[in-house]
Amino acid sequence: MAAFTPPPLPSEDKRWKIVAGTMRKNGFARHALIETLHTVQSSFGYLDDDAIRFVAQSLRVPLSQAYGVVTFYHYFSLKPPGKHTMTLCAGTACYIKGTDKLIASAEKHLGVKSGQTTKRSEISLMTARCVGACSRAPVMICDGDVAGEVTDEQMIAQLERWAVE
Amino acid sequence: MTIEELEQIARSVQQENAKYDYEVNVCMDLACASQGAGLLRDALVKLAEASGKKVLIRKTGCMGPCSSGPLVRVDPEETLYAKVKAANADAIINSLGEKPVAELQCDLNEHFDKQVRVVLENAGHIDPEKIDDYISRDGYKALLTALTEMTPNGVVHRITESGLRGRGGGGYPTGLKWGTVAKASGDLKYVVCNGDEGDPGAFMDRSVMEGDPHRVIEGMAIAAYAVGASKGFIYVRAEYPVAVSRLTTALREARRRGLLGAGICNTTFNFDIEIRLGAGAFVCGEETALLASIEGRRGTPKPRPPYPAVSGLWGKPTLINNVETYANIAPIVRNGGKWFFNMGSERSKGTKVFALTGRIKHTGLIEVPLGIKLWEIIDVIGGGVPGGHKLKAIQTGGPSGGCIPADMMGLGVSYDALMAAGSIMGSGGMIVMDDTSCMVNVARFFVEFCMTESCGKCIPCRAGTAQMHTLLTRICEGAGTMDDLELLVELCETVKETSLCGLGQTAPNPVLSTLKYFKNEYLEHILHKRCPSGVCNMAGAMEAEPAVVEVLA
Repeated sequence: MAAFTPPPLPSEDKRWKIVAGTMRKNGFARHALIETLHTVQSSFGYLDDDAIRFVAQSLRVPLSQAYGVVTFYHYFSLKPPGKHTMTLCAGTACYIKGTDKLIASAEKHLGVKSGQTTKRSEISLMTARCVGACSRAPVMICDGDVAGEVTDEQMIAQLERWAVE
Repeated sequence: MTIEELEQIARSVQQENAKYDYEVNVCMDLACASQGAGLLRDALVKLAEASGKKVLIRKTGCMGPCSSGPLVRVDPEETLYAKVKAANADAIINSLGEKPVAELQCDLNEHFDKQVRVVLENAGHIDPEKIDDYISRDGYKALLTALTEMTPNGVVHRITESGLRGRGGGGYPTGLKWGTVAKASGDLKYVVCNGDEGDPGAFMDRSVMEGDPHRVIEGMAIAAYAVGASKGFIYVRAEYPVAVSRLTTALREARRRGLLGAGICNTTFNFDIEIRLGAGAFVCGEETALLASIEGRRGTPKPRPPYPAVSGLWGKPTLINNVETYANIAPIVRNGGKWFFNMGSERSKGTKVFALTGRIKHTGLIEVPLGIKLWEIIDVIGGGVPGGHKLKAIQTGGPSGGCIPADMMGLGVSYDALMAAGSIMGSGGMIVMDDTSCMVNVARFFVEFCMTESCGKCIPCRAGTAQMHTLLTRICEGAGTMDDLELLVELCETVKETSLCGLGQTAPNPVLSTLKYFKNEYLEHILHKRCPSGVCNMAGAMEAEPAVVEVLA
């Protein structure tokens, strides 16, 4: 059997080299699919068709299977994130302490549903299943920074700060 | 690496520490870090240098009472300071050698007195990024003892003797599982650590992986020696980036010291560990789904048997244990099975870490001997329900568990007692609810969780949880009927009996347990269109037509 040559990188973008690096480290093994998708998402912010196709071809995984994996796991996103991301934790402890009201309030303020991004791609509103900061419930994560015991005023103030940037 | 070398490292760490007059430990766990522990530490370092005092500032893992964070403990006096801000750093440094800072000091003796720390013995005492810190507290001694003085069978025997049961929730005897994998034929075997802590409201495993990563690695290495495995995987949630980075550092350090890799400690034992990231699927906590995910596929479960112990990763015998189970291994090997067996209750041995959260004064991480009464956890360790509210229920086991009502606080916490009460031990989430929580709404919350997280492979779980959710939503909105309730119970039984994996089999638990203990709340919603806790929005329920019951397959 002829040696397998992976397909060329989709573009000059240096980030593809990082993606290829992850696959090479895993010997282009099929089981590296999730690892590679993680690298794509952390490099590009989301997974688009080109990326999924490139990874599937490189790892010799059927495209349908790769797409199946991407859509199965909540962590993978097919849409580019906004400039800022507001994640509200919807774990049990946060729920008991009223995270549902925070989510409703943020949705009303931004005019989008959770999981969506505002029209001018400024702010993405997300919910998380639990970030493990339950002792400080309710919790919000603003661009990766965890804040606990959040009040509605604090959350709205943060959203407004982003809006005027 | 030999035992002598290990002791040499431990001695040199102690000598190094002895150069300092004071040790200031700063908790840098997520809860404290989110309240400015990072700035506090920087301020302490700067001021300590300027003061000329011999002070060691150490960043540690979770100390426990997160609601009092950021926490600082000054040794050797063991003075604990709560809610410390960067502005207080000055006072703390100045107080060294003098009287403690009274206004920051907190009295948490009651909180700590009832706790017994085995898994968390190093929490708050070591820098998780320094392997030498771990070694100085008897780290890796158990691995070396096992490799040089014990046979693999001897290790399995010791674990069996300890009575340790799986800490992931199922409570399967660990020794028995190890014995099965050890007996399985095949020269290639795997050891897998389940760090996919998907249960919302639980963060014990995160704290262990972040605060004491070497303890998990050591436990896995001992397990690998006992069952004859040469390769290990730690499956961690991608939502825990700090845990991933701490484990990566820990693995690198362990390899550098020759505690992982080929020919560990001049024996013929080879073992190495790789990290695999989860991608946000609750079902991956189920062992066969987890293995599918490690293999790079969708995390859907498979019928058992064959059990992973016989045919697991890539068809090879595979040992899967939870983070906390592995964290218990080193102390058991070090102190003997009997030592562990003597802690806990009749059929649940040892200690258990719980994440105590919700409507309680002291939220955080606790470790208690099994058999402890619930009221001791709530009233003594947790400091009771704040704000003049009344305790209503305690939820254990997450979406697979149930709610235990306030009048059952005399219950001893053990696998069997919780099961008999209609809940489960689970991985250790313990969420306290007071009179502001509506139990029907809580049941709906969990069913919604299971509905979203159902992998969709089997119909009872996929369609059943969706229908359960529809019925519960109707009840919460005031449109439910008594027929709905009857149907709900029937559906719960079907989903419980016929689902493929644990997710579906246990999804009805929150409904059944709240129905058992809080049926009156359901009846209030249905008959009087009233939510006793004022949580559910019943507006529009009055004029609504009686609901037509539709059930789809």
